[in-house]
Amino acid sequence: MEAAPALEDLDIRIPSDVQYIADIVDQVVRRCAAAQFPRRQLALNVPVALTEALSNAILRGNREVVSRVVHVRARMEADRLVLEVRDEGEGFDLDACTEDPAREGNLVREDGRGLFLMRSLMDHVERYSDGGNVVRLTLRRA
Amino acid sequence: MTFTVTQSADVSIVEVDGQLIVSNRQELKQKVLDQLEKGTRKVLVDFARTSYIDSSGLGVLVSLAKRMRELGGDLRLANLNDDLQTLFELTKLDTLFQISESRERALESF
Repeated sequence: MEAAPALEDLDIRIPSDVQYIADIVDQVVRRCAAAQFPRRQLALNVPVALTEALSNAILRGNREVVSRVVHVRARMEADRLVLEVRDEGEGFDLDACTEDPAREGNLVREDGRGLFLMRSLMDHVERYSDGGNVVRLTLRRA
Repeated sequence: MTFTVTQSADVSIVEVDGQLIVSNRQELKQKVLDQLEKGTRKVLVDFARTSYIDSSGLGVLVSLAKRMRELGGDLRLANLNDDLQTLFELTKLDTLFQISESRERALESF
């Protein structure tokens, strides 16, 4: 079977509205599929981690103010996917904000699992500021 | 992304078709709350046709399970594929919910 042609890098700006998330995730997953990422990474790691990053940017970074922009970039570097999600917020301490689900009391909480999932499902997660707040996710093709 | 509600004896079955994520979690919550309003105390969420779930989707399940227990009811889950099962195991939520491998087994378990 012939491999699907590689797709161009994604570089897109969206309003702060969670209704945009599923479409962005779909676009990134299609790029990963074209780059021969395995089924499990396409069905679990990429969609869940990216949804968490976009959701954080829209709800927390930009506080769901629709006029504030979320900038998403997805590119393939050799055998890995690099995702960058930039919002207009002040940023946060990645380690301090990541909750351990095994910690007492956390199991029955409604929130607090997003950063944990992002870090569990990606090989590398970084947060930095460059005039905006950026979360960079890296996943090596398995 | 759709949620279909059907009834099997006294159990309301909610089928999640597509994703359960931040953008549609309130819709699921409202569907289940509507069933509670009608007097249902047993709810089964069937994930046979679900692609992925994010932390907001997991959170709404936790919230609904809590609400149902307060009312003396129970919310159970069925048909998690390997990827969804991994998600529940990572977050330890496999210890909070009763999860069955099929709809039939889940219905028998109530």
